[in-house]
Amino acid sequence: MAEIKFSISSNDPLAKPELKKIIDEVIDRNKHLNGATMVVLNELQSKIGFISRPMQVYVAQRLGIPVSQVHGVVSFYSFFTTSPRGKHTVKFCLGTACYVGGIPQIIEKAKQILGVEPGQTTEDGEITLEVCRCVGACSQAPVVVIDEDLHGRVRPNKFPQLIKSIQPGQE
Amino acid sequence: MKYFRSHILVCVDPECLKKGAHEVMDAIQDELVAQGLIDEVQVLETSRIGDCSQGPEIMVYPEGVHYGGLTVDDVPFLVEEHFLKGRIAKKFIIETEKAKDEELSAPTPKEMRVVLRNCGKIDPENIEDYIAEDGYQAVAKVLTSMTPDDVIDVMLKSGERGRGGAGFPTGKKWSFARASTETPKYTVCNADEGDPGAFMNRRVLEGDPHAVLEGMIIAGYTIGSNQGYIYCRAEYPVAVHTLNIAIEQARSLGLLGKNILGTGFDFDLEVRMGAGAFVCGEETALMASIEGKRGEPRPRPPFPAVKGLFAKPTNINNVESYANVPQIILKGADWYSSLGTEKSKGTKTFALAGDLKKPGLVEVPLGITLRELVYDVGGGIKDDKGFKAAQIGGPMGGCLPSKYLDLPVDYESLISAGAMMGSGGLIVLDDETCMVDIARYFMDFTQDESCGKCTPCRVGTRRILEILQNICDGKGKDGDIETLEYLCKEINAASLCGLGQGAPNPVISTLKHFRNEYEAHIYDKRCPAKVCKALIHYSITDGVCTGCTVCARNCPVNAISGERRQTHVIDPDICIRCGICAQVCNFNAVEVK
Ligand SMILES: Cc1cc2nc3c(=O)[nH]c(=O)nc-3n(C[C@H](O)[C@H](O)[C@H](O)COP(=O)(O)O)c2cc1C
Ligand code: SF4
Ligand code: FES
Repeated sequence: MAEIKFSISSNDPLAKPELKKIIDEVIDRNKHLNGATMVVLNELQSKIGFISRPMQVYVAQRLGIPVSQVHGVVSFYSFFTTSPRGKHTVKFCLGTACYVGGIPQIIEKAKQILGVEPGQTTEDGEITLEVCRCVGACSQAPVVVIDEDLHGRVRPNKFPQLIKSIQPGQE
Repeated sequence: MKYFRSHILVCVDPECLKKGAHEVMDAIQDELVAQGLIDEVQVLETSRIGDCSQGPEIMVYPEGVHYGGLTVDDVPFLVEEHFLKGRIAKKFIIETEKAKDEELSAPTPKEMRVVLRNCGKIDPENIEDYIAEDGYQAVAKVLTSMTPDDVIDVMLKSGERGRGGAGFPTGKKWSFARASTETPKYTVCNADEGDPGAFMNRRVLEGDPHAVLEGMIIAGYTIGSNQGYIYCRAEYPVAVHTLNIAIEQARSLGLLGKNILGTGFDFDLEVRMGAGAFVCGEETALMASIEGKRGEPRPRPPFPAVKGLFAKPTNINNVESYANVPQIILKGADWYSSLGTEKSKGTKTFALAGDLKKPGLVEVPLGITLRELVYDVGGGIKDDKGFKAAQIGGPMGGCLPSKYLDLPVDYESLISAGAMMGSGGLIVLDDETCMVDIARYFMDFTQDESCGKCTPCRVGTRRILEILQNICDGKGKDGDIETLEYLCKEINAASLCGLGQGAPNPVISTLKHFRNEYEAHIYDKRCPAKVCKALIHYSITDGVCTGCTVCARNCPVNAISGERRQTHVIDPDICIRCGICAQVCNFNAVEVK
């Protein structure tokens, strides 16, 4: 992986002192743990929102492990993302119960309203659509998770109402 | 540790304190002493029994009676009634309207709660609630009066088998880990619960975390391990939070950490989080993940009991396997082995989902029939439609048609019917479900989650998915079924871990029981259940349609036109067959053909 140079663009979290401080704090607090890589990456993902390429190099250096190993872990797990997401996320559960319970129709509806596919972020950087597997609330299928809040028994015609609160200028 | 027959928990939140909780508590202590009950009844401080509106509020266990509005003068009467005469003092009782629990309702007669006994009943964030339910007495008993071999003996006699899927006897597993001489040893809890449609473990972790902790402490003592890890999937933030609180509280009471209960035994626990990879539920992948690596399975042997986490001897069990342990220790192996069938002992939690009237979490003795589970416990099929199949065992499981309704649900019977116990997800499908589509769905899942290490699993699942997708798209051709059968056999035989080996199961079982549906798709270009988009079309029935416009407003592609109060029309060229119109129509005017 010769192409990786440790150059940091100005909008990388490492270039922002307040975020850099968080990153260092997470690494310092966990680096002594057995299997620290996962713990550090998990925390960075949730505190920073994504793990940029430079961050991966930095983590590897600070933990004293090869960059390829950190990169291998980041790319293996679906929770880790390497670029920023929208301010809000809307996750559609594609677990079995939700699938038979009608989540495909809800996704159609969302695509229609927001103009993006799952995996994409709206142009204004506000909302990212995602799909996930079973969030463990199958008895309430179909389930949509908006930011941290879980919504069950969602109907296509009720969906627009549901996302109003996170659409800018629509509160 | 003293044994108390009852516990009184007194709420000491500010509200209740203001209304005299401490005075009432002192009065209760005095009265218990006066009545000679102080060695039988323990008084503890707690918080948040209710909303404190009727403070001071107290809770009496094991009955779980909630009293409120007490004054110091009421205490002698209350103590006499409740603890001497054994009668509930009705005039102080608080009838709290419990928030309706969507997942866990009151047990039906066929249910029996062992693992779930405390869920929804105790405050999971309050260790004293758990202690009042005999919590940590099993640890006390084990650490003070049993040798590791005694514990293994009890576990073997109880007949408990692993609840994570494979059903390996827990006692045997522990004896292997105990026999390993290398140190340190590790105790691991598999809380990855990745099967879609399963949420039993989550509920236990969130509702009764100390039961899992207690089971792990006992396992640690038995195998000679001083450090444990709970690997919890990242999709369960609440469970992680609850577990961390539970661990903190257990530490503060000396139930975790150094010198537990003064017995010289050290044991501590850490929660580790997954990051959204299903294969990490497989035990060797899980351990690789804790080590901070990619979660790829490795061949066994060596088994974890010999070389597990950090290459040290490790015992790994499922959440439910551990949560059973304290009760097996306290109530005895005979009690546990009296539940269930000859080879499948005890109770099992199931997450009932799909087209059921009463989906949710249940716990039943093993050996119950599928029919009882679906109809008596699950309330039968929603909207009184017909039963088509039960999908059991997760993505590696199988679909059982109605002729298996009288099958006893136990490890061996399920395997022989072509399904498996799995972790306990049970999805009931009604007669409007397309079985080819279901097989396609599961294959989509497994090919997405294959870690990619073995070619048959990585490539083979994708090939199967392509074929199934074609069949659903109306592009199936003669010979597809045979190719599927061939691929299933190869993938099963040549994959390293349970994911690859089990991946073909949904296809195999649907091919076996619903072959005619495959044939209808391939040869007649027809989806009998009217699900596969390419093979159906939607229309609106003249005369039934009231022209209310709700369908036109909800169609995502504006394929519906029509004037208000006039029959609407769907343009088949624009229609993407999403079915939204049929769902939102209040008059059943949308027809699918
Ligand atoms: C692909 C795959 C996924 C698995 N997922 C889980 C899981 O989510 N939870 C679990 O307890 N066991 C899971 N298992 C089973 C574990 O490998 C292992 O058998 C189990 O943790 C042993 O615990 P037990 O003996 O208490 O059942 C999975 C196995 C495979 C092959
Ligand atoms: S069978 Fe599949 S999931 Fe299992 S190790 Fe092989 S490639 Fe990975
Ligand atoms: S399938 Fe959606 S919550 Fe389980």
